[in-house]
Amino acid sequence: MSHPQTTGLAHQFDDVTQQRSAALLGMWVFLLTEIMMFGGLFAGYTVYRWSYLPGFAEASRHLNIGWGALNTAVLIGSSLTMALAVHAAQRGRRKFLIGWLLVTMLFGATFLGVKAVEYTHKYHEHLIPGPGFQFPGDLWQQAYVFFSFYFAMTGLHAFHMVVGLGILAWLVVQAWRGKFSAAYNTPVEISGLYWHFVDIIWIFLFPLLYLIERHH
Amino acid sequence: MNQHLCSPKLYLAIFAGLLVLTGVTVIVAFFNLGPFNMVVAMSIAVVKATLVVLFFMHVRYSEHLIWVFVGAGVLWLGILLLLLMSDYLTRAWLAGLAG
Repeated sequence: MSHPQTTGLAHQFDDVTQQRSAALLGMWVFLLTEIMMFGGLFAGYTVYRWSYLPGFAEASRHLNIGWGALNTAVLIGSSLTMALAVHAAQRGRRKFLIGWLLVTMLFGATFLGVKAVEYTHKYHEHLIPGPGFQFPGDLWQQAYVFFSFYFAMTGLHAFHMVVGLGILAWLVVQAWRGKFSAAYNTPVEISGLYWHFVDIIWIFLFPLLYLIERHH
Repeated sequence: MNQHLCSPKLYLAIFAGLLVLTGVTVIVAFFNLGPFNMVVAMSIAVVKATLVVLFFMHVRYSEHLIWVFVGAGVLWLGILLLLLMSDYLTRAWLAGLAG
């Protein structure tokens, strides 16, 4: 048997393999509840896009494809560095683990920075749903619904990014203290699952929100 | 431990593939394919998500129980979206019958 200090083995598990399997499965169950939560938003979006397509298309053109595509690339890059962080953890390479985690955090912060710039533009263009909302033309009610979905979906996604950054910061501290090794790195692995899941949500949000009827 | 170690080269290849697909989805959006714009955009997104799930999230190398759980998530999301749209997409047919 491995020593508890090096493997982090809790007393209710037979061995580290069983403990790791339980942790991975637990994270996947959590991610399934996340799929259902975002799924409700995606379902509502789908219904209104089908009903209000002209307004959704016109409103979508007020989003900047450049910022959206840049953020997609930034998040995909962060998924790569997160995968490399998990890889470093599995090999017991502490410095590489800390380094890749920090790069992942940098990408995550960049994404949120771009999002803040976009939100600021929407504020100045009076496109934030509420009493101050202004939209040219007679499709403003449909555009109002579009921007309600835009802020609800990207806002919930951004909240997940903030939580993810907190988790990564905690991992950096734990890694710095030498808590992880080739034998025990499950927290890094399941945090990676969460980070990649948030990336996947954006992979769907980008075409759904930014790329409606762009050929006109 | 039954951890499977992927090579960083594989991760880089997946990363490159995801970037290319992002570029393709942006370019295709500027061509008028009618209703197929949505189909193409969503198909590319599904391919990208599948690559992330299989390789970055290691599902390809995970035990079968994980496959069952991931499959259940996709299935339930599919039920939510398909049954919902089977209602909305067919309402026009009924309106035609009533008219």
